[in-house]
Amino acid sequence: MPAQTNLPDHPSFLWRNPDPAKSYDVVVVGGGGHGLATAYYLAAVHGITNVAVLEKGWLAGGNMARNTTIIRSNYLWDESSGIYEHALKLWEGLEAELDYPILFDQRGVLNLAHSLQDVRDSVRRVNANRLNGIDAEWLDADAVKEVCPIVNVSPEVRYPVLGATYQPRAGIAKHDYVAWGYASAADRLGVDLIQNCEVTGIETTDGRVTGVNTTRGRIAAGRVALAASGHSSELAAMAGVELPVQSHPLQALVSELLEPVHPTVVMSNAVHVYVSQAHKGELVMGAGIDNYNGYGQRGSFHIIERQMSAAMELFPIFARAHLLRTWAGIVDVSPDASPIIGLTPVDGLYLNCGWGTGGFKATPGVGDCFAHTIANDKPHPYNEPFTLERFTTGALVDEHGAAAVAH
Amino acid sequence: MQLIPCPWCGPREEVEFHYGGQAHVDYPAEPAALSDEEWAKFVFFRDNPRGPFAERWSHAAGCRRWFNAVRDTRSYELLAVYRPGQERPVTT
Ligand SMILES: [Zn+2]
Repeated sequence: MPAQTNLPDHPSFLWRNPDPAKSYDVVVVGGGGHGLATAYYLAAVHGITNVAVLEKGWLAGGNMARNTTIIRSNYLWDESSGIYEHALKLWEGLEAELDYPILFDQRGVLNLAHSLQDVRDSVRRVNANRLNGIDAEWLDADAVKEVCPIVNVSPEVRYPVLGATYQPRAGIAKHDYVAWGYASAADRLGVDLIQNCEVTGIETTDGRVTGVNTTRGRIAAGRVALAASGHSSELAAMAGVELPVQSHPLQALVSELLEPVHPTVVMSNAVHVYVSQAHKGELVMGAGIDNYNGYGQRGSFHIIERQMSAAMELFPIFARAHLLRTWAGIVDVSPDASPIIGLTPVDGLYLNCGWGTGGFKATPGVGDCFAHTIANDKPHPYNEPFTLERFTTGALVDEHGAAAVAH
Repeated sequence: MQLIPCPWCGPREEVEFHYGGQAHVDYPAEPAALSDEEWAKFVFFRDNPRGPFAERWSHAAGCRRWFNAVRDTRSYELLAVYRPGQERPVTT
Protein backbone atom coordinates (compact mmCIF):
# COMPACT_ATOMS: atom_id res chain seq x y z
CA MET A 1 0.00 0.00 0.00
CA PRO A 2 1.46 3.40 -0.92
CA ALA A 3 2.58 5.23 2.19
CA GLN A 4 1.06 8.53 1.14
CA THR A 5 -2.48 7.28 1.72
CA ASN A 6 -1.80 7.88 5.40
CA LEU A 7 -0.50 11.40 5.01
CA PRO A 8 -2.63 14.14 6.57
CA ASP A 9 -4.18 16.85 4.43
CA HIS A 10 -2.17 19.98 3.82
CA PRO A 11 -2.74 22.15 6.88
CA SER A 12 -4.88 25.22 6.38
CA PHE A 13 -3.10 28.56 6.31
CA LEU A 14 -2.82 30.17 9.75
CA TRP A 15 -2.95 33.75 8.54
CA ARG A 16 -3.70 35.82 5.44
CA ASN A 17 -0.74 37.26 3.58
CA PRO A 18 -2.02 40.75 2.75
CA ASP A 19 -0.31 43.56 0.87
CA PRO A 20 0.37 46.56 3.07
CA ALA A 21 -2.42 49.15 3.28
CA LYS A 22 -1.64 52.87 2.87
CA SER A 23 -2.03 53.57 6.55
CA TYR A 24 -2.43 51.96 9.97
CA ASP A 25 -3.18 53.18 13.47
CA VAL A 26 -0.21 51.18 14.75
CA VAL A 27 2.73 49.73 12.85
CA VAL A 28 4.73 47.15 14.77
CA VAL A 29 8.22 46.68 13.34
CA GLY A 30 9.45 43.13 13.81
CA GLY A 31 7.42 39.95 13.27
CA GLY A 32 9.03 37.88 15.99
CA GLY A 33 7.41 36.68 19.18
CA HIS A 34 7.37 40.10 20.83
CA GLY A 35 5.96 41.91 17.79
CA LEU A 36 3.28 39.28 17.17
CA ALA A 37 2.26 39.16 20.83
CA THR A 38 2.12 42.97 20.97
CA ALA A 39 -0.15 43.07 17.93
CA TYR A 40 -2.37 40.37 19.39
CA TYR A 41 -2.85 42.18 22.73
CA LEU A 42 -3.39 45.53 20.95
CA ALA A 43 -6.31 43.92 19.14
CA ALA A 44 -7.60 41.55 21.84
CA VAL A 45 -7.27 43.76 24.93
CA HIS A 46 -7.38 47.31 23.58
CA GLY A 47 -9.61 46.89 20.53
CA ILE A 48 -6.96 48.43 18.25
CA THR A 49 -7.22 46.27 15.15
CA ASN A 50 -6.00 48.59 12.38
CA VAL A 51 -2.52 47.25 13.00
CA ALA A 52 0.28 45.96 10.78
CA VAL A 53 3.25 43.86 11.81
CA LEU A 54 6.12 44.45 9.38
CA GLU A 55 8.70 41.70 9.10
CA LYS A 56 11.75 42.00 6.85
CA GLY A 57 12.06 38.23 6.46
CA TRP A 58 9.47 35.62 7.36
CA LEU A 59 7.42 35.58 10.54
CA ALA A 60 9.34 34.42 13.61
CA GLY A 61 12.46 33.57 11.61
CA GLY A 62 14.90 35.57 13.73
CA ASN A 63 15.53 35.02 17.41
CA MET A 64 12.07 33.48 17.83
CA ALA A 65 13.33 30.56 15.72
CA ARG A 66 16.73 30.47 17.40
CA ASN A 67 16.19 30.59 21.17
CA THR A 68 16.35 27.64 23.55
CA THR A 69 12.69 28.08 24.65
CA ILE A 70 13.37 28.29 28.38
CA ILE A 71 10.65 29.95 30.45
CA ARG A 72 11.19 30.99 34.08
CA SER A 73 10.58 33.98 36.33
CA ASN A 74 13.17 33.51 39.10
CA TYR A 75 14.89 36.88 38.69
CA LEU A 76 16.43 38.71 41.63
CA TRP A 77 15.05 42.22 41.56
CA ASP A 78 11.42 43.17 42.18
CA GLU A 79 11.20 44.99 38.84
CA SER A 80 12.34 41.93 36.87
CA SER A 81 10.35 39.38 38.81
CA GLY A 82 7.29 41.59 38.24
CA ILE A 83 7.38 41.43 34.47
CA TYR A 84 8.73 37.87 34.16
CA GLU A 85 6.19 36.47 36.63
CA HIS A 86 3.45 38.37 34.80
CA ALA A 87 4.66 36.58 31.67
CA LEU A 88 4.75 33.19 33.38
CA LYS A 89 1.15 33.59 34.58
CA LEU A 90 0.12 34.42 31.01
CA TRP A 91 2.06 31.38 29.73
CA GLU A 92 0.01 29.23 32.10
CA GLY A 93 -3.20 30.24 30.31
CA LEU A 94 -1.85 30.83 26.83
CA GLU A 95 -3.03 27.68 25.04
CA ALA A 96 -6.60 28.45 26.05
CA GLU A 97 -6.20 32.16 25.27
CA LEU A 98 -4.87 31.57 21.75
CA ASP A 99 -6.82 28.36 21.14
CA TYR A 100 -3.61 26.86 19.80
CA PRO A 101 -1.29 24.15 21.17
CA ILE A 102 2.07 25.56 22.28
CA LEU A 103 3.45 22.51 24.15
CA PHE A 104 4.00 24.58 27.29
CA ASP A 105 5.54 22.12 29.70
CA GLN A 106 6.25 23.13 33.32
CA ARG A 107 9.05 20.67 33.88
CA GLY A 108 11.02 22.99 36.18
CA VAL A 109 14.36 24.76 35.85
CA LEU A 110 17.52 24.12 37.86
CA ASN A 111 20.07 26.95 38.07
CA LEU A 112 23.28 25.29 39.26
CA ALA A 113 25.69 26.72 41.80
CA HIS A 114 29.37 25.78 41.48
CA SER A 115 31.12 27.93 44.08
CA LEU A 116 30.50 29.30 47.55
CA GLN A 117 29.64 32.68 46.01
CA ASP A 118 27.20 31.00 43.62
CA VAL A 119 25.57 29.30 46.62
CA ARG A 120 25.18 32.55 48.53
CA ASP A 121 23.81 34.40 45.49
CA SER A 122 21.44 31.55 44.73
CA VAL A 123 20.03 31.33 48.26
CA ARG A 124 19.59 35.08 48.27
CA ARG A 125 17.70 34.87 44.98
CA VAL A 126 15.47 32.06 46.30
CA ASN A 127 14.57 34.25 49.28
CA ALA A 128 13.91 37.26 47.05
CA ASN A 129 11.74 35.14 44.74
CA ARG A 130 9.66 33.83 47.66
CA LEU A 131 9.09 37.36 48.96
CA ASN A 132 7.71 38.14 45.49
CA GLY A 133 5.40 35.12 45.52
CA ILE A 134 7.48 33.17 43.00
CA ASP A 135 7.99 29.45 43.54
CA ALA A 136 11.65 28.85 44.36
CA GLU A 137 13.61 26.29 46.31
CA TRP A 138 17.24 25.77 47.21
CA LEU A 139 18.33 22.18 46.54
CA ASP A 140 21.57 20.57 47.71
CA ALA A 141 23.53 18.35 45.32
CA ASP A 142 21.68 15.17 46.33
CA ALA A 143 18.33 16.84 45.75
CA VAL A 144 19.57 18.08 42.36
CA LYS A 145 20.35 14.47 41.49
CA GLU A 146 16.81 13.46 42.45
CA VAL A 147 15.25 16.07 40.15
CA CYS A 148 17.67 15.37 37.31
CA PRO A 149 19.41 11.98 37.67
CA ILE A 150 21.71 12.51 34.69
CA VAL A 151 23.53 15.51 36.22
CA ASN A 152 27.02 14.64 37.40
CA VAL A 153 27.20 15.81 41.04
CA SER A 154 30.60 14.23 41.74
CA PRO A 155 32.93 16.49 43.75
CA GLU A 156 35.78 15.32 41.49
CA VAL A 157 35.03 17.65 38.58
CA ARG A 158 36.49 21.07 37.80
CA TYR A 159 33.27 22.93 38.67
CA PRO A 160 31.43 20.66 41.12
CA VAL A 161 27.67 21.06 41.55
CA LEU A 162 27.16 22.38 45.08
CA GLY A 163 23.42 22.74 44.68
CA ALA A 164 20.87 24.59 42.61
CA THR A 165 17.87 26.83 42.74
CA TYR A 166 14.74 25.13 41.48
CA GLN A 167 11.64 26.73 40.05
CA PRO A 168 9.05 23.97 39.50
CA ARG A 169 6.65 26.18 37.49
CA ALA A 170 9.36 27.04 34.97
CA GLY A 171 9.75 25.02 31.78
CA ILE A 172 9.76 25.18 28.01
CA ALA A 173 7.32 25.74 25.14
CA LYS A 174 7.47 25.08 21.42
CA HIS A 175 8.74 28.42 20.09
CA ASP A 176 7.35 28.08 16.55
CA TYR A 177 3.91 27.14 17.84
CA VAL A 178 3.93 30.16 20.17
CA ALA A 179 4.62 32.45 17.21
CA TRP A 180 2.04 30.74 15.01
CA GLY A 181 -0.53 30.87 17.80
CA TYR A 182 -0.09 34.60 18.27
CA ALA A 183 0.09 35.23 14.51
CA SER A 184 -3.05 33.29 13.80
CA ALA A 185 -5.00 34.86 16.67
CA ALA A 186 -3.87 38.38 15.69
CA ASP A 187 -4.77 37.73 12.06
CA ARG A 188 -8.27 36.59 13.05
CA LEU A 189 -8.73 39.90 14.89
CA GLY A 190 -7.84 41.83 11.73
CA VAL A 191 -4.11 42.51 12.17
CA ASP A 192 -2.16 42.53 8.87
CA LEU A 193 0.97 40.41 9.08
CA ILE A 194 3.24 41.63 6.29
CA GLN A 195 6.35 39.63 5.47
CA ASN A 196 9.32 40.49 3.26
CA CYS A 197 8.79 44.11 4.21
CA GLU A 198 11.89 45.80 5.59
CA VAL A 199 11.64 49.22 7.22
CA THR A 200 14.17 51.56 5.60
CA GLY A 201 13.16 54.83 7.26
CA ILE A 202 10.99 56.30 10.00
CA GLU A 203 9.20 59.55 9.17
CA THR A 204 8.68 62.22 11.78
CA THR A 205 7.07 65.65 11.61
CA ASP A 206 7.50 68.17 14.42
CA GLY A 207 8.78 65.48 16.78
CA ARG A 208 5.95 63.08 16.05
CA VAL A 209 6.11 59.86 14.07
CA THR A 210 4.00 59.87 10.89
CA GLY A 211 4.95 56.72 9.04
CA VAL A 212 7.59 54.34 7.85
CA ASN A 213 9.31 53.80 4.52
CA THR A 214 9.68 50.18 3.57
CA THR A 215 10.88 47.96 0.76
CA ARG A 216 7.17 47.67 -0.09
CA GLY A 217 6.47 51.39 -0.13
CA ARG A 218 5.55 54.11 2.32
CA ILE A 219 3.11 53.25 5.09
CA ALA A 220 1.53 55.99 7.18
CA ALA A 221 1.27 55.22 10.87
CA GLY A 222 -0.28 56.91 13.89
CA ARG A 223 2.08 55.05 16.14
CA VAL A 224 5.17 52.96 15.49
CA ALA A 225 6.36 50.27 17.87
CA LEU A 226 9.83 48.78 17.52
CA ALA A 227 10.34 45.13 18.45
CA ALA A 228 13.38 44.17 16.42
CA SER A 229 15.86 42.80 19.00
CA GLY A 230 19.37 42.80 17.48
CA HIS A 231 18.42 45.37 14.84
CA SER A 232 16.93 47.90 17.28
CA SER A 233 19.93 50.28 17.14
CA GLU A 234 19.65 50.65 13.38
CA LEU A 235 15.89 51.18 13.49
CA ALA A 236 15.89 53.67 16.34
CA ALA A 237 18.64 55.63 14.60
CA MET A 238 16.22 56.15 11.67
CA ALA A 239 14.18 58.28 14.06
CA GLY A 240 17.26 59.94 15.58
CA VAL A 241 17.09 57.91 18.80
CA GLU A 242 20.32 56.49 20.20
CA LEU A 243 20.16 53.27 22.21
CA PRO A 244 22.55 51.94 24.87
CA VAL A 245 22.54 48.41 23.43
CA GLN A 246 25.15 46.34 21.66
CA SER A 247 24.29 43.53 19.24
CA HIS A 248 26.04 40.21 19.79
CA PRO A 249 25.74 36.71 18.36
CA LEU A 250 24.22 34.19 20.79
CA GLN A 251 24.81 30.58 19.80
CA ALA A 252 22.87 27.40 20.42
CA LEU A 253 22.88 23.87 19.10
CA VAL A 254 20.86 20.67 18.99
CA SER A 255 21.77 17.00 19.05
CA GLU A 256 20.18 14.27 17.00
CA LEU A 257 16.84 12.95 18.31
CA LEU A 258 17.23 10.80 21.43
CA GLU A 259 14.98 8.84 23.77
CA PRO A 260 13.77 10.94 26.73
CA VAL A 261 16.70 11.21 29.17
CA HIS A 262 16.46 14.75 30.52
CA PRO A 263 13.38 15.47 32.64
CA THR A 264 13.90 19.16 33.41
CA VAL A 265 15.92 22.22 32.31
CA VAL A 266 19.43 22.73 33.66
CA MET A 267 21.23 26.06 33.47
CA SER A 268 24.72 26.88 34.62
CA ASN A 269 25.77 30.48 34.64
CA ALA A 270 29.34 29.66 35.70
CA VAL A 271 30.16 27.28 32.89
CA HIS A 272 27.89 28.92 30.31
CA VAL A 273 25.60 26.17 29.23
CA TYR A 274 21.89 25.51 29.50
CA VAL A 275 20.29 22.26 28.46
CA SER A 276 16.85 20.82 27.95
CA GLN A 277 15.39 18.08 25.79
CA ALA A 278 12.80 19.16 23.27
CA HIS A 279 9.53 17.26 22.93
CA LYS A 280 10.73 15.71 19.70
CA GLY A 281 13.85 14.36 21.48
CA GLU A 282 16.77 16.58 20.53
CA LEU A 283 18.97 17.99 23.27
CA VAL A 284 18.84 21.77 23.04
CA MET A 285 21.87 23.61 24.41
CA GLY A 286 22.58 27.29 24.60
CA ALA A 287 25.88 29.06 25.09
CA GLY A 288 26.87 32.48 26.35
CA ILE A 289 27.12 35.38 23.90
CA ASP A 290 30.15 35.87 21.70
CA ASN A 291 32.06 38.81 23.14
CA TYR A 292 32.36 40.85 19.98
CA ASN A 293 29.60 42.88 18.37
CA GLY A 294 28.13 40.98 15.47
CA TYR A 295 25.20 40.95 13.10
CA GLY A 296 26.08 37.72 11.28
CA GLN A 297 23.78 34.98 12.54
CA ARG A 298 26.76 32.86 13.51
CA GLY A 299 29.51 32.99 16.10
CA SER A 300 32.96 31.66 16.87
CA PHE A 301 33.56 27.94 17.07
CA HIS A 302 35.50 28.06 20.34
CA ILE A 303 32.33 29.23 22.10
CA ILE A 304 30.60 26.02 21.00
CA GLU A 305 33.66 24.00 21.98
CA ARG A 306 33.68 25.41 25.52
CA GLN A 307 29.94 25.03 25.85
CA MET A 308 30.21 21.37 24.83
CA SER A 309 33.06 20.70 27.26
CA ALA A 310 30.93 22.19 30.04
CA ALA A 311 27.96 20.07 28.95
CA MET A 312 30.12 16.93 28.87
CA GLU A 313 31.29 17.48 32.42
CA LEU A 314 27.77 18.08 33.71
CA PHE A 315 26.17 15.32 31.62
CA PRO A 316 28.67 12.52 30.89
CA ILE A 317 25.78 10.56 29.34
CA PHE A 318 25.81 13.00 26.38
CA ALA A 319 29.34 12.01 25.37
CA ARG A 320 28.26 9.89 22.41
CA ALA A 321 25.37 12.03 21.21
CA HIS A 322 25.85 13.52 17.77
CA LEU A 323 25.66 17.22 17.19
CA LEU A 324 23.08 17.99 14.52
CA ARG A 325 23.48 21.71 13.90
CA THR A 326 24.55 24.99 15.47
CA TRP A 327 23.34 28.52 14.79
CA ALA A 328 23.23 32.00 16.29
CA GLY A 329 20.73 34.76 16.78
CA ILE A 330 21.55 38.44 17.17
CA VAL A 331 20.74 39.69 20.64
CA ASP A 332 20.74 43.31 21.82
CA VAL A 333 22.43 43.49 25.19
CA SER A 334 21.81 46.45 27.47
CA PRO A 335 24.26 47.76 30.09
CA ASP A 336 22.30 46.39 33.07
CA ALA A 337 21.10 43.17 31.37
CA SER A 338 17.51 44.40 31.64
CA PRO A 339 15.17 45.34 28.80
CA ILE A 340 14.16 48.80 27.62
CA ILE A 341 10.40 49.07 27.13
CA GLY A 342 8.51 52.30 26.83
CA LEU A 343 8.25 55.75 25.33
CA THR A 344 10.97 57.52 23.35
CA PRO A 345 11.82 61.22 22.78
CA VAL A 346 9.74 60.95 19.56
CA ASP A 347 5.97 61.15 20.10
CA GLY A 348 4.18 58.04 18.93
CA LEU A 349 7.38 55.97 18.73
CA TYR A 350 7.65 53.14 21.26
CA LEU A 351 10.59 50.99 22.10
CA ASN A 352 10.94 47.37 23.13
CA CYS A 353 14.54 46.19 23.04
CA GLY A 354 17.54 45.26 25.16
CA TRP A 355 16.25 41.81 26.10
CA GLY A 356 19.65 40.34 25.38
CA THR A 357 19.61 36.62 25.97
CA GLY A 358 16.27 36.46 27.76
CA GLY A 359 13.48 37.63 25.49
CA PHE A 360 11.59 34.44 24.69
CA LYS A 361 10.38 33.74 28.22
CA ALA A 362 8.91 37.23 28.43
CA THR A 363 6.91 37.00 25.19
CA PRO A 364 3.35 37.09 26.59
CA GLY A 365 4.25 39.52 29.36
CA VAL A 366 6.02 42.02 27.16
CA GLY A 367 3.35 41.70 24.48
CA ASP A 368 0.70 42.61 27.05
CA CYS A 369 2.70 45.44 28.65
CA PHE A 370 3.99 46.89 25.37
CA ALA A 371 0.48 46.89 23.91
CA HIS A 372 -0.72 48.72 27.02
CA THR A 373 2.12 51.24 26.63
CA ILE A 374 1.25 51.89 22.97
CA ALA A 375 -2.52 52.05 23.53
CA ASN A 376 -2.29 54.45 26.49
CA ASP A 377 0.89 56.34 25.57
CA LYS A 378 1.97 55.43 29.07
CA PRO A 379 3.91 52.47 30.47
CA HIS A 380 2.17 49.56 32.13
CA PRO A 381 3.24 49.33 35.82
CA TYR A 382 5.30 46.23 34.99
CA ASN A 383 7.43 48.02 32.42
CA GLU A 384 7.56 51.40 34.13
CA PRO A 385 11.02 50.69 35.64
CA PHE A 386 12.46 49.75 32.25
CA THR A 387 12.70 53.19 30.68
CA LEU A 388 15.37 54.51 28.36
CA GLU A 389 15.86 57.37 30.85
CA ARG A 390 17.18 55.05 33.54
CA PHE A 391 20.64 55.21 31.95
CA THR A 392 20.62 58.96 32.64
CA THR A 393 19.02 58.90 36.08
CA GLY A 394 21.06 55.89 37.21
CA ALA A 395 18.00 53.86 38.28
CA LEU A 396 19.38 50.68 36.71
CA VAL A 397 17.86 47.22 37.17
CA ASP A 398 21.12 45.34 37.45
CA GLU A 399 20.44 41.73 36.59
CA HIS A 400 24.03 40.88 35.57
CA GLY A 401 24.67 37.53 37.19
CA ALA A 402 22.11 38.28 39.89
CA ALA A 403 19.35 36.64 37.89
CA ALA A 404 21.22 33.50 36.93
CA VAL A 405 21.23 34.99 33.45
CA ALA A 406 23.58 33.01 31.30
CA HIS A 407 25.59 35.72 29.58
CA MET B 1 39.23 29.61 13.75
CA GLN B 2 39.45 33.28 12.88
CA LEU B 3 42.99 34.68 12.82
CA ILE B 4 43.43 38.18 14.19
CA PRO B 5 46.56 40.04 13.03
CA CYS B 6 48.04 41.57 16.17
CA PRO B 7 49.99 44.66 15.01
CA TRP B 8 52.96 43.51 17.12
CA CYS B 9 52.86 39.71 16.84
CA GLY B 10 51.18 39.00 13.52
CA PRO B 11 48.27 36.64 12.96
CA ARG B 12 47.19 34.66 16.02
CA GLU B 13 44.11 32.61 16.84
CA GLU B 14 41.06 34.49 18.05
CA VAL B 15 41.04 32.69 21.43
CA GLU B 16 44.21 34.60 22.39
CA PHE B 17 42.37 37.91 22.24
CA HIS B 18 40.06 39.84 24.51
CA TYR B 19 37.42 42.16 23.10
CA GLY B 20 37.30 45.77 24.29
CA GLY B 21 34.34 47.33 22.50
CA GLN B 22 34.23 50.62 20.60
CA ALA B 23 37.55 52.40 20.01
CA HIS B 24 38.28 56.12 20.15
CA VAL B 25 36.02 56.87 23.13
CA ASP B 26 37.95 59.54 25.00
CA TYR B 27 37.56 60.18 28.70
CA PRO B 28 35.80 63.54 29.11
CA ALA B 29 38.27 66.43 29.10
CA GLU B 30 36.33 68.27 31.80
CA PRO B 31 34.50 65.60 33.81
CA ALA B 32 33.06 68.09 36.31
CA ALA B 33 31.39 70.06 33.52
CA LEU B 34 29.32 67.13 32.20
CA SER B 35 25.55 67.00 32.50
CA ASP B 36 23.79 63.77 33.49
CA GLU B 37 22.89 63.24 29.83
CA GLU B 38 26.51 63.62 28.78
CA TRP B 39 27.66 61.20 31.49
CA ALA B 40 25.04 58.69 30.36
CA LYS B 41 26.34 58.98 26.79
CA PHE B 42 29.93 58.45 27.91
CA VAL B 43 29.23 55.56 30.28
CA PHE B 44 26.44 53.60 28.57
CA PHE B 45 26.03 54.57 24.91
CA ARG B 46 28.27 53.09 22.22
CA ASP B 47 27.94 52.86 18.47
CA ASN B 48 26.42 49.61 17.29
CA PRO B 49 26.80 49.64 13.50
CA ARG B 50 25.98 46.84 11.11
CA GLY B 51 29.12 47.14 9.00
CA PRO B 52 32.64 48.48 9.64
CA PHE B 53 33.26 49.19 13.34
CA ALA B 54 36.43 50.60 14.95
CA GLU B 55 36.97 48.63 18.11
CA ARG B 56 39.57 47.72 20.71
CA TRP B 57 41.20 44.34 21.14
CA SER B 58 43.81 43.13 23.60
CA HIS B 59 46.22 40.32 22.75
CA ALA B 60 45.56 38.92 26.21
CA ALA B 61 47.29 35.54 25.83
CA GLY B 62 50.16 36.93 23.75
CA CYS B 63 51.97 40.25 24.03
CA ARG B 64 49.20 41.59 26.31
CA ARG B 65 49.07 44.87 24.38
CA TRP B 66 45.95 46.71 23.28
CA PHE B 67 45.33 47.74 19.70
CA ASN B 68 42.50 48.91 17.49
CA ALA B 69 40.83 47.15 14.60
CA VAL B 70 38.22 47.98 12.00
CA ARG B 71 36.03 44.91 11.65
CA ASP B 72 32.89 44.37 9.63
CA THR B 73 30.19 43.27 12.08
CA ARG B 74 28.26 41.50 9.31
CA SER B 75 31.03 39.25 7.98
CA TYR B 76 33.43 39.55 11.00
CA GLU B 77 36.19 40.29 8.48
CA LEU B 78 39.06 42.36 9.89
CA LEU B 79 39.54 45.27 7.52
CA ALA B 80 42.48 46.89 9.34
CA VAL B 81 44.46 46.72 12.58
CA TYR B 82 46.44 49.64 13.99
CA ARG B 83 48.26 50.69 17.11
CA PRO B 84 46.87 52.99 19.80
CA GLY B 85 47.41 56.63 18.97
CA GLN B 86 47.13 56.04 15.25
CA GLU B 87 44.25 57.41 13.21
CA ARG B 88 41.52 55.06 12.08
CA PRO B 89 42.63 53.90 8.62
CA VAL B 90 40.36 54.39 5.65
CA THR B 91 38.73 51.08 4.75
CA THR B 92 36.39 50.27 1.93
ZN1 LIG C 1 50.40 40.61 20.25
